[in-house]
Amino acid sequence: MAVLEKTELVTNAAGRIVPELVNGRQQVAYQGVGKYRPAGQKAAPPIRTAADYPEDGDKRVPNLQSALGKCGLRDRMVISSHHHLRDGDRVAMMAMEAAAQIGVNDLTWFPSASFPSQKGAIEFMQSGTIHHIEGSMNGPLGDYCTQGKMRGMGVLRSHGGRWQAIQDGEVHIDIAVIAAPTADPFGNCDGSHGKSACGSLGFALADSVYADHVIVVTDNLVPFPCVPWQIQGNNVDYVVEVESIGDPARIVSGTTQITRSPDRLRIAEFVARFLRDAGIMRNGFSFQAGAGGIALAFVSYLTQMMKDAGVKARFVRGGSTKYLVELLEEGLTDYILDGQTFDLDGVRSMANNPKHVATSPFTSYNYHGKGNFASIIDAVVLGATEVDSNFNANVVTHSDGRLLHGIGGWQNCLASKCTILAVPSFRDRIPVIVDEVTTLCGPGEWIDVVVTERGIAINPRRQDLLDAVKGSQLPIRPLHAIKEEVERICGGKPTRPERGDRPVAVVKWVDGTVLDTIWQVV
Amino acid sequence: MTHVIERSGTAIGEAGHSGADVRSDVHVRIEIRDGGGLEIQLESRVQPYYGQLIRQQAEEVLDVLGVRHALVQIRDEGALPFVISARVEAACRRAGLGANTRVLPERVSPPSPSAPDQLRRSRLYVPGSEPKYFVSAPLHGSDAIILDLEDSVHPGEKDAARLLVRNALRAVDFLQCERMVRINQLPLGLADLDEIVPESPDLILIPKVESPNQVVELNCRIAEIKADYGVTRSIWLMPILESALGIENAFAIATCSEQIVALTIGLEDYTADLGVVKTSTGAESLYARQRLVNAARAAGVQAIDSVFGDVADMEGLRRWAENSYALGFEGMGCVHPAQISVIHKAFAPTASEIEKATEILKAYDDAHQKGLGVVSLGSKMIDPPVVNRALKLIERARAMRLVP
Repeated sequence: MAVLEKTELVTNAAGRIVPELVNGRQQVAYQGVGKYRPAGQKAAPPIRTAADYPEDGDKRVPNLQSALGKCGLRDRMVISSHHHLRDGDRVAMMAMEAAAQIGVNDLTWFPSASFPSQKGAIEFMQSGTIHHIEGSMNGPLGDYCTQGKMRGMGVLRSHGGRWQAIQDGEVHIDIAVIAAPTADPFGNCDGSHGKSACGSLGFALADSVYADHVIVVTDNLVPFPCVPWQIQGNNVDYVVEVESIGDPARIVSGTTQITRSPDRLRIAEFVARFLRDAGIMRNGFSFQAGAGGIALAFVSYLTQMMKDAGVKARFVRGGSTKYLVELLEEGLTDYILDGQTFDLDGVRSMANNPKHVATSPFTSYNYHGKGNFASIIDAVVLGATEVDSNFNANVVTHSDGRLLHGIGGWQNCLASKCTILAVPSFRDRIPVIVDEVTTLCGPGEWIDVVVTERGIAINPRRQDLLDAVKGSQLPIRPLHAIKEEVERICGGKPTRPERGDRPVAVVKWVDGTVLDTIWQVV
Repeated sequence: MTHVIERSGTAIGEAGHSGADVRSDVHVRIEIRDGGGLEIQLESRVQPYYGQLIRQQAEEVLDVLGVRHALVQIRDEGALPFVISARVEAACRRAGLGANTRVLPERVSPPSPSAPDQLRRSRLYVPGSEPKYFVSAPLHGSDAIILDLEDSVHPGEKDAARLLVRNALRAVDFLQCERMVRINQLPLGLADLDEIVPESPDLILIPKVESPNQVVELNCRIAEIKADYGVTRSIWLMPILESALGIENAFAIATCSEQIVALTIGLEDYTADLGVVKTSTGAESLYARQRLVNAARAAGVQAIDSVFGDVADMEGLRRWAENSYALGFEGMGCVHPAQISVIHKAFAPTASEIEKATEILKAYDDAHQKGLGVVSLGSKMIDPPVVNRALKLIERARAMRLVP
């Protein structure tokens, strides 16, 4: 059984109880939206000299094990990997396998996100190769963590928060292992070509810049130069060629399907109508939507409304899918600024269309920068597992406290001018609108609208939005009215499952402060 | 295990569904025992939140049904309380217990009673054995919801579906939707009435009607049950004509009961009866549909069209619905909520029709005020039937909230 450090617990500005110490590092408790002011200098990797790298630019080594050895892999190092290959990724587990072969222990695995196919990490934790994971954990990994079996504490960060943590020196990456769908021997990498093409490699960018050592693993080695390059070979130490970096079928979906669920379609249509009727959908506007069933359907409804009204967007943000690509190709948006690419149409478009631009968590999301794209966007449509009466939301845990999703770009997107949570009012009898969220991931100050199949609730802080939709036919209702209706349908409020008293992970806010705690599930 | 069967005979009953793909339903298995009280084994997707309530509810239902000693195995996939209650009751009945006892969920206030001539542009079919669709169906804005006990329910599930539909009529908030039930063909449909009528649905659809006698017989049974249970709300009838003979008898059927407010047609069975292929243009059923419209008009009831079955073909649906409106139908059925708005649009008067009708009515008012016998608009004289039609059109537009 895991041994967790003893730590004092404090109450943060959101009223949540959080640990002061996480994995031996002193933490700053959440102080409120926009309150925490960082100081000091950014982190930086050691200075290197070209004298130590091959003049012919050929950085190839025979395998991952030798690359890790040359990088000086030791016990307790931090190894990072990235999720642009999503559930199809093979490289992260390949790296752990190689580390185990070398015989090191107590590594921190620092993925940009983990996926169900990486449940093998549990064995590496049991064998001692991995000490703990700092990154999203779902399914079996999530259960392992919330059952208190992990030796260290999990740290859940948003995509922007991960950049911030690396840049601010909260996390020092010893070795970054980057899976590249195309690369040259110098280490330049591209994600939109090759048999394992995935689109953008933005998630690996911070690691390539800030890690002590960078290893590129590719299954499509091309002669120098790899054009275009999303990762600069000048940051790369070694290049490893392998048979396959991932399972193409699980990297991107062949086609993304719009939901056929009447309730979800209704929610999607409400969201689109809200944007139209609130006047947000106008010439030159922008929006972001992911690849969930509701988000896809929303894009499809909005596209029709844009056509009907003769309105064009300046830019849209993905996760891109064929629905965003259609928007671009029909001239209904000038640009797609893409954070990750979900289907084949998205990958093809990014490879061929200069107006389909790969972005990184730095440009899109990093809160400790001189602004970011997320706050420029007019509207964003997100999901949530729970929302409370004050519009605070949870996106990482089930109501029973088990880890369900990573934060992804969710927290960063809340900065948009109009943040919309599109959620069913209940799932399997479990109400989504609750008295208190199990885990706080998004403060209500940044959540403007909750759209359910039973009506649309606007945050009372947004009188401007309430005014904007006055007189429209939209079913605008107070959030508590929807909540009470659903509790009636479900036969009363659900019992709140008892939570353990041992912290097993923390949720960071976009500025690196600790927003909430995940507790061991009883 | 033979001794169990010998001792308790048929005293095992199961009802409902569970499994990874099932949502909002529950599977209940009851094995009646001779002693030892109730043993409830519960597995539920919502165990941490509602586990206690589910147990409690099962115990209450069993108590009302007089089940004292039994092994009760519940596998719940997030079923709502009225569904759990119906499934436990169905399992008990299948085990041979509680036949004459009803366990009724709390009643939400039903929508106000429907009028004989109210808007019936769209009626959304909800399979009576699929509880996952029940609570959300009224949200989609159709004029009516049909809880279906007939074709969408497997023959082996009729008894259980009846209890689900009965409970839904009590526990689901139907908002502004008219609450319709399609019962089974007679005589099975008579058994449906026993459960359904006490919950006063607004309208009952009677399938495969071929002669007035069928309706009269059914209506008598409804009246008896209403009297037994003190139901005072009207229960309207909509016969479904689904055969050549039914179409031939359309007028006689439409006029055989005061409770009949509409006639509708079932095209799958009708085309089968004719031995022709059902097409998306409906040419093969044009005569039947026109005959039905005429009979309905003559009888002073509404003519309502069939459904358009291809959910993916929205363009085909639009063409069908517009044609249907042009033939004189006042509405049609929906098999998916996405069809509702297309249908409403097709059955609504157009802006220019409304404008013209408004002008005619204004001209009529002007003439009336001036004491003129002849109404004229511009250089044209307006006949009384034209005024009447304009009046009806505006009334209809008002009911659809197209005019203030």
